[in-house]
Amino acid sequence: MKPAVIVFPASNCDRDAAVAIEKICGVKPFMVWHGDSTLPDVDLIVIPGGFSFGDYLRCGAMAARSPVMREVVDRANKGTPVLGICNGFQVLTEAGLLPGALMMNSHLKFVCKDVALKVESNQSMFTSAYQTGEVVKYTVAHHEGNYFADDATLDQIEQNGQVAFRYLDNPNGARNDIAGIFNKERNVLGLMPHPERMIERDLGGDDGARMFESLVASL
Amino acid sequence: MSAITPEIVAEHGLKPDEYDRIVKAMGREPNITELGIFSVMWSEHCSYKSSRRHLRKLPTEAPWVICGPGENAGIIDIGDGQAAIFKMESHNHPSFIEPYQGAATGVGGILRDVFTMGARPVANLNALRFGSPDHPKTRHLLSGVVAGIGGYGNCVGVPTIGGECDFHPAYNGNILVNAMTVGIADTDKIFYSAAAGIGNPVIYVGSKTGRDGIHGATMASAEFGENSEEKRPTVQVGDPFTEKLLIEACLELMATDAIVAIQDMGAAGLTSSSVEMGSKGEVGIELDLDNVPQRETGMTPYEMMLSESQERMLMVLKPGREAEAMAIFRKWDLDFAVIGKVTDTRHLVLKHKGEIVADIPLGPLVDDAPNYDRPHEETEKQDVLGPDAFTAPESNADALRELLATPDLASKRWIYEQYDHMVMGDTIGRPGGDAGVVRVHGTQKALAITTDCTPRYCKADPVEGGRQAVAETWRNITATGAIPLAITNCLNFGNPEKPIIMGQFVGCLEGMAEACLALDYPVISGNVSLYNETNGQAILPTPAIGGVGILPNYDQRASISFAAEGETIVLIGDTEGHLGQSLYARELCGREDGAPPPVNLSAERRNGDLVRGLIMNGVATSCHDVSGGGLLVAIADMAMASRIGAVLDYDRGGVPSYAFLFGEDQGRYVLTTNNPELVLEQAAVDGVTASVIGVTGGATLKISEFDSISVAELTQVHEGWLPAYMAIP
Repeated sequence: MKPAVIVFPASNCDRDAAVAIEKICGVKPFMVWHGDSTLPDVDLIVIPGGFSFGDYLRCGAMAARSPVMREVVDRANKGTPVLGICNGFQVLTEAGLLPGALMMNSHLKFVCKDVALKVESNQSMFTSAYQTGEVVKYTVAHHEGNYFADDATLDQIEQNGQVAFRYLDNPNGARNDIAGIFNKERNVLGLMPHPERMIERDLGGDDGARMFESLVASL
Repeated sequence: MSAITPEIVAEHGLKPDEYDRIVKAMGREPNITELGIFSVMWSEHCSYKSSRRHLRKLPTEAPWVICGPGENAGIIDIGDGQAAIFKMESHNHPSFIEPYQGAATGVGGILRDVFTMGARPVANLNALRFGSPDHPKTRHLLSGVVAGIGGYGNCVGVPTIGGECDFHPAYNGNILVNAMTVGIADTDKIFYSAAAGIGNPVIYVGSKTGRDGIHGATMASAEFGENSEEKRPTVQVGDPFTEKLLIEACLELMATDAIVAIQDMGAAGLTSSSVEMGSKGEVGIELDLDNVPQRETGMTPYEMMLSESQERMLMVLKPGREAEAMAIFRKWDLDFAVIGKVTDTRHLVLKHKGEIVADIPLGPLVDDAPNYDRPHEETEKQDVLGPDAFTAPESNADALRELLATPDLASKRWIYEQYDHMVMGDTIGRPGGDAGVVRVHGTQKALAITTDCTPRYCKADPVEGGRQAVAETWRNITATGAIPLAITNCLNFGNPEKPIIMGQFVGCLEGMAEACLALDYPVISGNVSLYNETNGQAILPTPAIGGVGILPNYDQRASISFAAEGETIVLIGDTEGHLGQSLYARELCGREDGAPPPVNLSAERRNGDLVRGLIMNGVATSCHDVSGGGLLVAIADMAMASRIGAVLDYDRGGVPSYAFLFGEDQGRYVLTTNNPELVLEQAAVDGVTASVIGVTGGATLKISEFDSISVAELTQVHEGWLPAYMAIP
C-alpha cells in the first residue's frame, strides 16, 4: 500500500490521518504539499480534515483549485481511491469529484460529538470490513456538514447506491441523513464524520479502524 | 511634535505623578510616540503596578519547574526530555465589548504565548463567567464568546478539552473570558525572549500591522462606564488561519538553530515585544518602522507601535540566517521583514522616514514603572452557619433534580460540543469530567488539565477562597489518577484603588500561596486582570486557576463514569454538612451568606494521595471529586455519565441528611471499587476518613428507602437547561 495525505494551509487533521494510516495500514504515507503539481506513485489519496485556507470564501473552494488537485482529479478519474474526510469531503465536492455541496449546519453552530452511522454498503474498498446495515460510531466536528443536493441529483445518488453512510440522529440537517457518499465508480468516498479519530478504545471507540482495514485488504 | 498637555496625559490613562516619572526617566519631555509607549508599558495590564509586590509571595519553584513566571509562559519537566509549557490569560474587557472577536483573540494570544517558546499547543481550556441568566445581554455574550473560542481553536486545530462556566449577577457588566493553552516541547528546544548578539537582525513575521486594537492594553486597565460599547474599535480582530500558518512556520524554523530569541506581539504589540526582548537581554533595539509590513497607508509611528493587530511575532536571528528563515515564512505565505537590529545602547530607538522618532532608555522604561502598595482592607469574616440555619427540602431527590437544572450545575454540553475537543487524536478524557486528559503524543504519558475557581467562596472569605481554588484543581487532577505538577492563573478582580478590592486580591493570593506550598504545586505563569467594574460595581473576586498534572501511564486512570453495576461506592474525606456558601443555600434557600467551607490542606493532601494511589493500582474503578452542589450532585454526575444508578446506604453520623448530601465540605472524593475492604484498610493506615455509602446498579438513584429518582430523569433536567435557555430568542 502506498498512501498519500494532501496538506493544505490550515489542514489540521493531516497528522491524525497519517497516524491512523501508519497504525492500521502499517505504512507511513507521503505528505504532499498542496502547491506541488506532481504526486508520487500512490494507490490511495487522503484529503484530510481541517480549515484549508481558513474556510474563507467557501469551505474547500480554494483548496479545490490548488495545483496538486489537478493531479488528484486526474488520478481519481483513472481509478485511484480517494478518501476525503470532513474538510476533505468539502474539497471533493468543490473539485467536482463528488456531487452536491456541504452547507452550514442547520442549527448554525459548530458541532463536535460522537454520532451513530449506518453503513449503507460494504461493497467498496473503503467499507468492505463492515457489514451492510451495521451501525458504527464515528466523531463529527464541523460547521458546514449539512449535505445538500437538488432533488434530481439526490434521486440519482440514491438509485446508484452512492450513499456510503447515513446518520441515525442527523446532527446537521443533511438531506436524507447523508453522512458520506461515493462517486458512481465507488473509488472516491467523501464523508463528514472522522474515521481516523475512532481507531482505539482510549479515544472512545475503534469503529473507524475498520475503514483503514478495508483499504489494506483491497490495496 | 505637539506638546504634551495634561489632557493628553489623562487620555493615555496616566496619572500626573506617573507622567512626572516619565519625564524623570527620559530626562526630558517625551514626544507623543514616546508617551504612547510609556502609557502602554505602564498600564496595569503590562506593568502589574498594583499587583507586582503581592505576586512575589506565590511559590514558584519545584525541582520539576524549568521556567517560572516572567517569560511568555511557564515550563515544567514531564520526563523523557519533554516539557509542558502553559499559561492562562484573560480577555475580559474586549469580550464584553465584542464577544466573538474578544474571545477569539484571547485564544489566539494565549496560543502564541505557548508556541513562542517552542511548544506545539496540544490543549486549550477556558474559564468563563457571565452575568445573571436573566440579564438581557447574557445570551448574546455567551453565544458570541463560545462561537469565538470555537471559531479560533477549531480552525487552528488544537482541541478545547475543558473549562468551566458560571453565572452570577456580579458579572452583568463585566464578563470573564480566561483562556489557557498547554503545549509540549523538547526540553532542549525551548525558546526565550531575551535578545542577544549586537548587530543581529530583528525580524517581524506574521500578519501585517493595521490600526486595530490601538490602546487595547489601556482599555483593559480601566473601569467601564455607560459608554463602554464605544470602545469597540479598540478590540482586535482575529485570523485563526494566519495563526495556524504561523504555528507551523515558527515550529519549522525552531527545528533549526537559527533563532536567538522570539517573542509574540500580544498586548501593546510591537512596543511590548521589542521592549521585553531588549530589556531581558540587557541590550538595545533599533527599529526602522518603514520596514514594518503595513496593512494601511499613512500609519504613524505612534499607530504602528501601539497597534494590537493579531498573529504577529518578533524574533532575533543569528546573523546570516535570514534567507533560510524567509524561505520558510514565504512557503507559509506569511510576511517576513527585517525591521531592525540589536544594539548595545540599551535604548529603544525608532526610525521613521529617515528621522529618529523615539529614543527611550529601556532600563527606566521597565525598572521605573510604578509599583504601588495600594491600601488593602481585609474582608470581614462571616459567621459559620450550621445545617440548622438552612431549611430542609421536602425531599432530597426533588432538591437534587432542582439543583442539577440550575445554571452553574447544569450540563455545559451546549458549550463544549461547539469546540473540537478531539482533533490531534490524543484526547482520552473529554470535557464533562473532572479534568481533560490528552496523551503526550506517541508516549504512554498523558496530561490532566483543569480550570477552577469558586468565586462565591472568594467573596465571602478571600483567603479561604484562594486556598480552595488551588485545592480544587489539585483535586480534579488527582481524581483522574494524575500527579498534579503546577498551576497557572488568571487573577480577575475589580478596581484595585478601592481598599476592599485590593484586600480581596491580597487575601486570595495569601490563600493560594498557602495551598501551593502545602501541595507542592507551584505557580509557573499567570496574568492579572483588574478594573473589572462597571459603574462602580465590581465582579466577584475570581482567581481562576489552571492546573496541570501528569499520568505516567494513561492505562492507569479513572473517569467519573461508574465502571460497572454492583460496585461499592466509597466516600473519602470528612463530611460535616457545611452549607454556608453552598449552591444548595444559594439556589434553594436564596441565601448567599455565611462562611465558605474551610480547606484543611494537610487532609487535602492525605486524601488526594490515597485516592491517586488507589487509581494507579487499579483498586478504584471510577472517581469524582465532591465540589459545588455536594455529595449527591457528585454521585449523580457519575450515574449520568455511565447511565448506571446507585443505591445509597450511609451513616451520616448525626448530620442532617440534606446537609450530608448537599454540604460542600472540602477535600472529598467519591470512588467505586470491587475491593472496599482494601480501600478502608488503606485509608485507616493513611489516617483518612473513608466510608462505604452505597452500591452501583439499576436505573435509579435510590437516596433512601422512600426517596429515589431515575437517572434518565436526572439526565433530562441536567442536559435540558442550557439548550432551552439558549433557544429563547
